[in-house]
Amino acid sequence: MGMTLTEKILAAHAGEERVRPGDLIDARVDFCFANDITGPLAFREFERIGLPAVFDRERVALVPDHYAPSKDIASAEQCKIMREFAHKYDIAHYYEVGRAGVGHVMLAEMGLVLPGEVFVGADSHTCTHGALGAFSTGVGSSDLAAVMATGRLWFRVPETLRFVFRGRPALWVTGKDLVLHIIGDIGVDGARYCAMEFAGEALGHLTLGERFSITNMAIEAGAKNGIMEPDAAVLDYVTPRAQRPFAPVFADSDAEYAAVREYDTGQMEPVVAVPSSPGIVVPVGFAAGVPVDQCFIGTCTNGRIEDLRVAARILEGRAVHPRTRLLVVPATPAIYRQAMEEGLTRIFLDAGAVVGAPTCGPCLGGHMGVLASGEVCVSTSSRNFVGRMGHRDSRVYLSGPAVAAATAVLGRLAHPDEVLS
Amino acid sequence: MILSGTVWKVGDHVDTDAIIPARHLVTTDPEVLARHCFEDLDPALAAKIRPGDILVAGENFGQGSSREHAPIAIKAAGIACVVARSYARIFYRNAFNIGLPLLECPDLHAATETGDRLSVDNETGRIINETRGTLHAAAPLPEFMRQLIAAGGIIEYVRRQVSGRKVGA
Repeated sequence: MGMTLTEKILAAHAGEERVRPGDLIDARVDFCFANDITGPLAFREFERIGLPAVFDRERVALVPDHYAPSKDIASAEQCKIMREFAHKYDIAHYYEVGRAGVGHVMLAEMGLVLPGEVFVGADSHTCTHGALGAFSTGVGSSDLAAVMATGRLWFRVPETLRFVFRGRPALWVTGKDLVLHIIGDIGVDGARYCAMEFAGEALGHLTLGERFSITNMAIEAGAKNGIMEPDAAVLDYVTPRAQRPFAPVFADSDAEYAAVREYDTGQMEPVVAVPSSPGIVVPVGFAAGVPVDQCFIGTCTNGRIEDLRVAARILEGRAVHPRTRLLVVPATPAIYRQAMEEGLTRIFLDAGAVVGAPTCGPCLGGHMGVLASGEVCVSTSSRNFVGRMGHRDSRVYLSGPAVAAATAVLGRLAHPDEVLS
Repeated sequence: MILSGTVWKVGDHVDTDAIIPARHLVTTDPEVLARHCFEDLDPALAAKIRPGDILVAGENFGQGSSREHAPIAIKAAGIACVVARSYARIFYRNAFNIGLPLLECPDLHAATETGDRLSVDNETGRIINETRGTLHAAAPLPEFMRQLIAAGGIIEYVRRQVSGRKVGA
């Protein structure tokens, strides 16, 4: 039997002819990164190892995105620790506020994560980059410190679950709806320790941004990584921006999968994950009418230009409901600029939304849109655990950008058709 | 090593936001993190945990974020070890890396309540619920995880590697 995409990439990076699920391997890591929350712990552990330099200054990125621009003295101290570490070890890819955005969106945008590579980040949503055909996984700070020291890390080779999207997604059904649908189907531990490989002709109908939304949420089903084979759209995106040579990897035709599930995307409708689990997923109609205090469009899940275009299509010529707040946070400075040039920012401002600086902020209840007790938010982010976006008695519904925008207009959870058919 | 302690029991899918909310991730001080451990699950819990207590959890314990602050907070709160039906994978790696022992046991959760006294042999996986007089078996740790623990976690393991010394030497 052949190997899956994940197995082939891991085998190549472990110097093995082949690997099988369950094998423990020591693999070469092509690129790694930390943020301003996980970085300070990783730096402390790295310095305990006692090396004078990181394994390769060109293959480490440090991105202040969670509590940046700093919201208080404590978070400013953490950003300062990162800045000083970057300077001390001459890290090539440290990005200061103004140039930094949400790490997962920005590193792909800059051509720092490439097809066929192994990428490790001290951030659970590092699985996002699998949409480019890379093995990309989240780790903690100590593991990241080990990678910064040696350029290598141990992995247990995961079983691969294959999810095949058939047909053509119906109107307003986005990549986010597809992945929420799967998590609702298999549960928050349905892919625990596994690779989730996404395939099928429906992916060809999705924008690259929508594909990132899918791999981004693999962690929400417990997966080690999410991955897709790179197609022409991926290569068109990556080739002009790649900062290193790369070689795409494809699965063997006789690869062995632990399970294969198929979904007819033509039959799907927009969905939401209801409080307080990404695994409790219902069609929007089931939750329609819930009064909503805040809508948030942004994050590594849905803060890309494609997401902003979908939202703008619904918001153009309309106003945010007087009882509701709408936060739009472009994930990177480049997306922010593009939204301005395409006239999307004007649409948002005219509608009464606030357009924030690139940051993870509201997603984790960090800053720039924290919820009070009893408040309800419809968010395009990836997690709606108790207390995730603020007070433990606040509630979060997860959706794609179309549902979030429609909800902002009507002030209650709404299907986009209710605003624009 | 035999660990004896009083049980605090939590349910399935306890996530890292419940273990340590992100609003407290502006510090890496274990004592500060410990004070806020499980704050959004049960605000009174952290203050009630005594050193050596044992946390018994259901499925998928530690799901969500990669924050190593989560096992650090649990350990600093005084928890000597966690016995769950299963773990989320990043949390699992992080806990071993910072020296919080984890055991996986399929039937302890249903047979145990908060306040029970447990004794846990974290090498053989033998668990005795002294309050109820029941015996449970946790899965043995994979050989590589044992090596990591023997080395003192991933950082010590790597430190010895890069300084040319063998693990366990």
